[in-house]
Amino acid sequence: MSSRDLILGRVRRALADVPQDDTPYEQAIDRAYLREHGDRTTEQTVDLLAENLADYRAIVHRTDADGLPGLIARLLAERGSRTVLVPDGLPPQWLTEAADATRVPDRAASTPHELDEIDSVVTGCAVAVAETGTIVLDGGPDQGRRRITLVPDHHVCVVRVPGQVVSSVPQALERLTPGRPQTWISGPSATSDIELDRVEGVHGPRALEVVLVSEE
Amino acid sequence: MRVALFLTCVNDTLYPDTGRAVVKLLTRLGCQVDFPMAQTCCGQAHYNTGYRHEAEPLARHFSDVFRDYDAIVTPSGSCGAMVRELYPRMGERARAEGRGDGLATALAPVVPKTYELTEFLVDVLKVTDVGAYYPHKVTYHPTCHGLRGLGLGDRPHRLLQAVKGLELVELPGAEECCGFGGTFALKNSDVSAAMGADKVRNAESTGAEVLCAADNSCLMHIGGTMGRLRTAMRPVHIAEILASTEEEPLA
Amino acid sequence: MSGTFVGMPAFPKAAHDAVRNKTLRGNLRHATHTIRDKRARAVTELEDWARLREAGKQIKDHTLRHLDRYLVQLEEAVTAAGGIVHWAADADEANRIVTYLVKATGETEVVKVKSMATQEIGLNEALEAEGIHAYETDLAELIVQLGKDRPSHILVPAIHRNRGEIRDIFKREMGEWGRPAPEGLTDTPAELAEAARLHLREKFLRAKVGISGANFMVAETGTLVVVESEGNGRMCLTLPETLISVVGIEKIVPTWQDLEVFLQTLPRSSTAERMNPYTSMWTGTTDGDGPQTFHLVLIDNGRTDTLADQVGRQALRCIRCSACLNVCPVYERAGGHAYGSVYPGPIGAILSPQLRGTESEIDASLPYASSLCGACYEVCPVAIDIPEVLVHLRERVVEGGPVTRKGAKVVLKPAKGHAAERAAMRAARWAFSHPGALRTGQRLASRTRRLHPRSLPGPGQAWSASRDIPAVPAEPFRDWWQRTHGGKDDAK
Repeated sequence: MSSRDLILGRVRRALADVPQDDTPYEQAIDRAYLREHGDRTTEQTVDLLAENLADYRAIVHRTDADGLPGLIARLLAERGSRTVLVPDGLPPQWLTEAADATRVPDRAASTPHELDEIDSVVTGCAVAVAETGTIVLDGGPDQGRRRITLVPDHHVCVVRVPGQVVSSVPQALERLTPGRPQTWISGPSATSDIELDRVEGVHGPRALEVVLVSEE
Repeated sequence: MRVALFLTCVNDTLYPDTGRAVVKLLTRLGCQVDFPMAQTCCGQAHYNTGYRHEAEPLARHFSDVFRDYDAIVTPSGSCGAMVRELYPRMGERARAEGRGDGLATALAPVVPKTYELTEFLVDVLKVTDVGAYYPHKVTYHPTCHGLRGLGLGDRPHRLLQAVKGLELVELPGAEECCGFGGTFALKNSDVSAAMGADKVRNAESTGAEVLCAADNSCLMHIGGTMGRLRTAMRPVHIAEILASTEEEPLA
Repeated sequence: MSGTFVGMPAFPKAAHDAVRNKTLRGNLRHATHTIRDKRARAVTELEDWARLREAGKQIKDHTLRHLDRYLVQLEEAVTAAGGIVHWAADADEANRIVTYLVKATGETEVVKVKSMATQEIGLNEALEAEGIHAYETDLAELIVQLGKDRPSHILVPAIHRNRGEIRDIFKREMGEWGRPAPEGLTDTPAELAEAARLHLREKFLRAKVGISGANFMVAETGTLVVVESEGNGRMCLTLPETLISVVGIEKIVPTWQDLEVFLQTLPRSSTAERMNPYTSMWTGTTDGDGPQTFHLVLIDNGRTDTLADQVGRQALRCIRCSACLNVCPVYERAGGHAYGSVYPGPIGAILSPQLRGTESEIDASLPYASSLCGACYEVCPVAIDIPEVLVHLRERVVEGGPVTRKGAKVVLKPAKGHAAERAAMRAARWAFSHPGALRTGQRLASRTRRLHPRSLPGPGQAWSASRDIPAVPAEPFRDWWQRTHGGKDDAK
């Protein structure tokens, strides 16, 4: 007998007490919990996102479409970034003023060591969650492969507000497509492993800058 | 109201003063108190040590003794929780073992009318000021089964705050277990003693003269630790404080 | 479970030394109290916490009750998404499968995301025996691995170490394993985290094989979820060419929507954060992004035996948050090593004796490693009634009875060493069933009270070694009552 059949057989015998007409999934779970917490205007939800991002040590900037290229250029310059990773579908106008940084395309052939030499990465995002201060990447054209937002030490993530902002985790999951590889990011990398107190800055990017760009 | 005092075997044998205090207090508040002489033990020690089947006859006996009273009052959070929380579970388990509804049916009558003392005062008699007088600095330790099993909440605090002359001070780490835990105190005596010592040190830090609780089993452990650590504090059951008056102060 | 723990002494013996270790007591007290208060604040932020907790419990219970169906659904979804599913009935089989898969890549080293399942099966030792080096990359796991130590906490395996001890381990050991600790390393947490970053980076960048567990597996989509903080998880899950995930069969949730409950309750319960820094979700393989070969190894290793017990099966709801450890007064004083298992604390006390059976000395003692204070149940985000299961397992130890072991029904004998206790419990039950006998005993105790010693012999020493014995009163209450209230003596 295969281990698969062995385990499934054990499971079935273990559940001999469960009746054939056991409550179906749809009725077994009481979803009386909230879809979002609190009552906020759209503007307040964006403010909450900014507040919670900052609370976990992300650096938050706010601008509009006209100000975005200048802001990104400044953020890269302030870090002294000479190279910047660029996902294929990043809107070209975002980087029009970042003249000093060499653009490096997101390529399947790049090795981890090559990525480690790159100073910064600029991406968009799929959705952002206000209540938890989270940005979610799902490998969309303006976000690229998962590893490009991991190995470089400086991540600039652009969130279109209010369009890409939701209040809560349940609302975020509704917007996302399960099959896509996802990375949920809440602040720069951190650890609680020393005396159960949080310290920022371990393996992921130690600097996370989130740009909230208002849509027209 | 015809109230039965379910004193518990520990109080009956070792802490008769607590029993006398409950009788005095409830009589003063207008209850007709009876102590059914056939009462013995609710079976908690058996149940919690893994001897559920030995506890079953004791639970049946409890129900036989107490079922005809309007209310059953006990000065013990853990024995109260045994009847209210665990008697129904014992009935369910017997049913799951294919032994029918007999046990569940036998125990059902006593479950809803068993009250821990402070619950009975606040919820049934609807009093918080029981006319007590106790001119001492007191800190209160909420025992685990009263706190989490029965959900006594702030009832003991409200009763103590209404006692004339009593200064109630907050106990740091109040909701942490004192380390008694029935047979745990013997089977894991090192950890139990360490928990007890921490509880006593926290109590000492309040500057109170008295540590008060609603369960003498825990007070036996805390008091025994206080004695060994040569602490000047003393353990007192809440019933004895609430029974104390200006005319008849607690000895 | 892991051979590391074979021959562990019973809990009280192990705790005896831990209680007297001042450094350990101080480290645990500091860490658990820090996180305890933070968790309480993080939970209070959500007004619907009780409803989320109930929904989490219901999702897990429903899944367990239909686990066969959801396992098959998961297998289909993972396979359709490009993954390869393996089934392992026990630790040995799981280790054989993983070793075979690693060898097939030709690699001799792997990077690992912190995973309870691989610790449980002793994977690192099994790989080492076949010449494959497994590098732990979670900071606390690294501390444990470098210190040749054992884990003592589910979330923070090195919780028993303070910053000074961690610095000493890094300075002493890092050079043996790869890049040495920086010169002049101090004990500030930020510098220690930086030292770990530098030490592990070369391993991440060259790794061809990653090994992980998973916090959740979604049956309908085949998605796996890893919740982490440091980014070591992302490194292991995305940089290597091959990913092997070893996951207990109970980690399934039926639908994508179900994640909305656990992604709210898990971070707040474990690190007391609104959300942990990184959560990775992957479904099979994705062309050109991340590992192009993905193996999922589903392990039983005692889980189906646990599932067969109607009271004990609730332990399989556990999402490994460790809130119960952080709030447990016994864990705080005894430390995690005393539990003799990779699963310490209250959840370990109900999980280990079910996964491994109650036959060994340590496993038979674990159900008693609790004062039944109920703090664990109160904080559990999936409402596991740990005290209920502890008492249930105590019954299994003292009474024996029918259980399932390796899928077969067997009848356990009562454990040895409880004979005197069993006799005492029976005698007490007899006395309590005969109020007259109880009363005779009480009177005897009262009359001889001046003769009672200050310390007790035999098992009573366990009490009197640290606590005074209560004085027996001149008369029991029932005698006073009869004297003063003239109660009809129906005590026959």
